[in-house]
Amino acid sequence: MELTMQFKENILSDHKGPKQTYFSPYADNGGSIVAIAGEDYAVIASDTRLSAGFSIYTREQSKLYKLSQKSVLGCAGCWCDILTFTRLLEARMKMYENEHHKQMSTPAIAQLVTTMLYYKRFFPYYISNVLAGIDEEGRGCVYSYDPIGHCEKVQYRTGGSSSALLQPLLDNQIGLKNIQDATPVSIVKDRAIAIIKDVFISAAERDIYTGDGIVMHVITKDGITEEKFPLRTD
Amino acid sequence: MASAVVPQLPVGGFSFENCKRNAFLASKKFPLPNAKKTGTTIVGITYKDGIILGADTRATEDTIVSDKNCSKIHYLAPNMYCCGAGTAADTEMTTKLISSQLELHRLNTGRVVPVCTNYSIAARDPEPMLEEGKVLVRDAIAAGILNDLGSGSNVDLCVITKDGAQHIRPLENIGIRGEKQGSYRYKKGTTAVLKANIIPLDVTDTLIKPVEAEPMDTSG
Repeated sequence: MELTMQFKENILSDHKGPKQTYFSPYADNGGSIVAIAGEDYAVIASDTRLSAGFSIYTREQSKLYKLSQKSVLGCAGCWCDILTFTRLLEARMKMYENEHHKQMSTPAIAQLVTTMLYYKRFFPYYISNVLAGIDEEGRGCVYSYDPIGHCEKVQYRTGGSSSALLQPLLDNQIGLKNIQDATPVSIVKDRAIAIIKDVFISAAERDIYTGDGIVMHVITKDGITEEKFPLRTD
Repeated sequence: MASAVVPQLPVGGFSFENCKRNAFLASKKFPLPNAKKTGTTIVGITYKDGIILGADTRATEDTIVSDKNCSKIHYLAPNMYCCGAGTAADTEMTTKLISSQLELHRLNTGRVVPVCTNYSIAARDPEPMLEEGKVLVRDAIAAGILNDLGSGSNVDLCVITKDGAQHIRPLENIGIRGEKQGSYRYKKGTTAVLKANIIPLDVTDTLIKPVEAEPMDTSG
């Protein structure tokens, strides 16, 4: 008797109201970006681990995109959004080239990234973008974005899963924040490269989504050079 | 029959009385909190002369590594160790509790407490020798350390035979920190001094009292 009552109750509870199903189109595939701008150069680096949950997809995936001879974009976040966004960006840059018969400058790309991100204001690309390059005067520049297109021109910036760990470190070491009697100065290229390596070593210690290795692009007026560096793989 | 002077004997077995309450609370939108998933890697095998336990040493809080070298192989008794995965504080305190209960049991019965549940687990045929078994456990933990983001750092091992246990910590460092390029020491005067106030102390009297070392009282 009691069993049948319980059975009826279950049937009724199953038909109480409309059933809601969930749509979760985003994934977090981790990864970190660091970029520093100097007087006549810019350095940008990313780690090479692509992961989801507690698993590693690959240990050798760069998140840097060489957009021209003067600018490199770093993307971290949802990998499928990164693929789509960078492909569309490259297509839009090609259209600009065909229309204006010249390559896009870094500030022009910076503006295009904002426009493309805000176009998807209510279904955004789940990416943290950092753009590094040299401008038309040959000075290094770094642009940083939120996922819906707010843009800020800065001297140095971190993005991705370790950004909250690394940004305070750069604020202190490059921005010379919270240091008595310090005047911010432009930083030489070798020191920028050394700092980037060191902050990634530290990030790999504490962030499970950062590791395996880093790729670094050094952008000068003579072009872009690439460098690789191993990180811990656990 | 139970009464005030003759209490009813407690019924053995697991009490299910809270299940009904939990189901009721769940129906009122108060579900049980989810059990915490930890990415720990632990292993236990039997070998010819005993058993080998293995564990990694990473503890995490969400995506952040909170301890790079924590111990996950816990002592229960001289012939018993226990690997723990889960909330660090829970594994630590439950194994401590079990350890103390086992010691009380040993003192009451006056003999070594047998591990009576562990015989049929992971028995292989043919069973490996010590070195072969250690390599097998090391490889299993190393695979976890390298491929699971919730596991990391070092391999710990514990070999238990009838003659006692050997806790090897660490057996091997798998995740090794990269080498720093620069120096990050701060110059003197980096921190701003907002206010300084020096209070001089007057020494009015000095008394030196020698204390004799006393051996611990172990008569009880």
